[in-house]
Amino acid sequence: KQNAAAQKQAEPAVLQPTPQPKDDFQEELVVRPLHSGDIYASFQFRTLWETDFMRGNKVSHYRLFPKSLGQVISKFSVRELHISFTQGYWRTMQWGQPYLPSPPGAELWVWFQDSVTDVDATWKELTNVLSGIFCASLNFIDSTNTVQPSASFKPLGIGNVTDHRFLRYATLPREIVCTENLTPWKKLLPCGSKAGLAVLLKSEKLFHSSFHSQAVHIRPVCQDWQCKTTSWELRQTLNVVFDLHNSGQGKREWSLFKMFSRTLTEACPLASSSKIYIDITDNPEQFELSPATSLLSQAMVLGDRRTFSVYDLTQQDTFGSVRSLNLLIRWKSTEGDMLRPLLHAERYVAGYGLQTGEIHTLMYNHHPYRSFPVLLLDSVPWYLRLYIHTLTVTSKGKDNKPSYIHYQPSKDRVRPHLLEMLVQLPPNSVTEVTVQFERALLKWTEYTPDPNHGFYVGSSVISSLVPSTVAMDTNSTRERPLFSSFFPCKEESSYFVRVYTEPLLVNLPTPDFSMPYNVICLTCTVVAVGYGSLYNLLTRSFQIEEPSPGLAKRIANVIRKMRGVPPL
Amino acid sequence: MKTHVLFNLFATFLLADGLNIEDSAGQFFSSGHTNNWAVLVCTSRFWFNYRHVANTLSVYRSVKRLGIPDSHIVLMLADDMACNHRNPKPATVFSHKNMELNVYGDDVEVDYRGYEVTVENFLRVLTGRLPPSTPRSKRLLSDDRSNILIYLTGHGGNGFLKFQDSEEISNVELADAFEQMWQKRRYNELLFIIDTCQGASMYERFYSPNLMALASSQVGEDSLSHQPDLAIGVHLMDRYTFYLLEFLEDIHPASKANMNDLFKVCPKSQCVSTPGHRTDLFLRDPGSVLITDFFGSVRKVEITTEAIDLTDPIKEVEERPANGDVHKEMHSYVDQLPVSEIIHQNGKLCATSTNKMSLCCFHGDVSECEMQLPRGLGVEGPP
Repeated sequence: KQNAAAQKQAEPAVLQPTPQPKDDFQEELVVRPLHSGDIYASFQFRTLWETDFMRGNKVSHYRLFPKSLGQVISKFSVRELHISFTQGYWRTMQWGQPYLPSPPGAELWVWFQDSVTDVDATWKELTNVLSGIFCASLNFIDSTNTVQPSASFKPLGIGNVTDHRFLRYATLPREIVCTENLTPWKKLLPCGSKAGLAVLLKSEKLFHSSFHSQAVHIRPVCQDWQCKTTSWELRQTLNVVFDLHNSGQGKREWSLFKMFSRTLTEACPLASSSKIYIDITDNPEQFELSPATSLLSQAMVLGDRRTFSVYDLTQQDTFGSVRSLNLLIRWKSTEGDMLRPLLHAERYVAGYGLQTGEIHTLMYNHHPYRSFPVLLLDSVPWYLRLYIHTLTVTSKGKDNKPSYIHYQPSKDRVRPHLLEMLVQLPPNSVTEVTVQFERALLKWTEYTPDPNHGFYVGSSVISSLVPSTVAMDTNSTRERPLFSSFFPCKEESSYFVRVYTEPLLVNLPTPDFSMPYNVICLTCTVVAVGYGSLYNLLTRSFQIEEPSPGLAKRIANVIRKMRGVPPL
Repeated sequence: MKTHVLFNLFATFLLADGLNIEDSAGQFFSSGHTNNWAVLVCTSRFWFNYRHVANTLSVYRSVKRLGIPDSHIVLMLADDMACNHRNPKPATVFSHKNMELNVYGDDVEVDYRGYEVTVENFLRVLTGRLPPSTPRSKRLLSDDRSNILIYLTGHGGNGFLKFQDSEEISNVELADAFEQMWQKRRYNELLFIIDTCQGASMYERFYSPNLMALASSQVGEDSLSHQPDLAIGVHLMDRYTFYLLEFLEDIHPASKANMNDLFKVCPKSQCVSTPGHRTDLFLRDPGSVLITDFFGSVRKVEITTEAIDLTDPIKEVEERPANGDVHKEMHSYVDQLPVSEIIHQNGKLCATSTNKMSLCCFHGDVSECEMQLPRGLGVEGPP
């Protein structure tokens, strides 16, 4: 026994003390009532991990950071990864700006490390692996819908090198989002969907909405104000807009139970912070919140100073005596105007027929006296042949010359068109970009099984630094709510915003697929009838045939045969 | 003395228990498979073929309930019904009218969806000839001790099954694919269920051993759908799979129901068509084959008496920061829209491009680019 004790005492000296966990998980939910009566809920789950995937020794102990994504980062030398799945289109004029914009369908853009030698091959493998992780058809991303933007989509994480050779961007506007994409997304969270805010994520309610978007963003961020060491940040975001009439039954009264059919009972035990923010800036007297909370917070987000009521789920008294939190937001009146968003964009196809058409992109600047530059990125599939000599950019009826144009023409079945322009939008104006195109005829095997639905053209991306009404916070490491710290802010007078237009649905000339069968039938019939008749005419020989004799003659012939005399 | 008696009692108890273990171990190994896989395919597109997706999802639900995990199920749905804009209740697929049973569920994982469900992908999954970058969830990683369940549904005819209204798979191709699987030892036993019109024609050409097949109708007969739901507006299920689902709902992982019970599912009075089955290629007697051999996932345990030495625990190496590296460079966030840098970056891009025809920038000297463009779009300088 004495030996055992001595051995036990000796062991702590041999084994190293377990290292402190250097990862951190935060979750938050922001609820913003919209002026149209709809309600906008934005979930953000952030995991910060101080580790280095890029060094030689492989990371093997994963705690809060999901292992599948960690392995993807280290195997494919990914510097930044942004993937989003969206169902529905964000209506900027009715709902304002979203905290995290995303285009309809699936969007994936990746910055690779500069140690990657063959970016295209790595990109192809990465899309295949991600299609398995997220149960989506991302393997349809290939060179025909991938572009390499030359000025848009700068890295959102820290880094010095911005060589656009290591950037790849692709969208799949047709991609459907359903429970099978939500299931693996939920499995990446540390608490899964068992505890914390993620218990609210029930697919039957989330997909019965006007807008649903889930995204994963991975990037390196600063750890502290000195920014000498970096940590990897994984943000999982889910934005949903519930319709007043569909889910709300027409009443301007929202509660967590009405939106998600669940209430909250506890925070995720692994989370260091778990908060709910309700945006009460617009009308603090016009709606009532229950249960009441005294915590208030202000944040500078989207160029505006907003006030929020805060519910801290890590505090036990938030849940009250019933041990469950069901927030109730009830409108008292329906007055109030929404602040018009400063930047807004639309896109549509003009023209008639199945041969030519015209793409119109309209960008609205609603600021009364300031003009600001926007960067427009357009990626058009090869089967719409753009005529760039017809490209016109007009503002207020006059020509507006872009100060930077980058155009990469398409190659049939290899590459799409890429058009990037830096345009200065004059104050209080509409800028229209038009370009004519011609539709190509596809080979009959290239048509989808439902070609009459049409073919999609991905959304245009408009990136811009919009002037803000209040001074934005440029200190990136202060404790800020997650929704206000996504886009890095370098100057106080403007904030970065990305606006996506609608995707286009274009009909291509579609053949009648039953025609090969029809042609074969017709040809064979024609050949048989024509050739057969000709052959008969040429080779048929005619013989004279006596008509058959009457009854009397036949009897007479029979008697003559019996007599041995030739017939009549 | 007392300890002696106690010891004897203990020893006899152990012996009796041991005999019991051997008995049940014998039962355990009767089928010879160690893992279960399922390949469930719905081949139809468009909203009015809702019932085919509901068919596949109800088999998926049963198979998952009886124990086969998602990693061992390859689910292929050719169209999305749950989040279809015509669906009055999004994220649900119902099998019974009045919306009683949602077979879509809350944790479904679809491996092949939409345009990915093609004859080529289906045959590649079966034979294992997939491109190297295919993720694991899309592969059928079966071995020679796997029991595989294959379920196909859609529109079919005499000798073929239609995939997505644009291509067909013939019974000869299917039989050859199974032969390839047998040659590569990719299955131990295979159960093939098909719910289409004239389904029995699809298993006529099988010639590999250890195949059992069931179909919902004979050659010349149509498989009919079960019941429409007036709120959703389409037929929810096909008859054969509806009664198959009802039969499977009564099965639990320890059930002893065997294949003869499965052959009796949906007689002509309920199904209107005559379900058929084929067991001549199967080596065991169908009466001794449990339903859970294919639909469930009963883990077989091999008892071994060898002792394995565990290695010492791996000590985690603590990363010590290099002391000499005091001045690390200070990182910073990148400017999201550096306007002046963008306008002046033209020179850099054009210089590094290898193909001047493909990368064309406009900044003053148009001579750098080989593509001529109208002067109107040329640039004089920053605004």
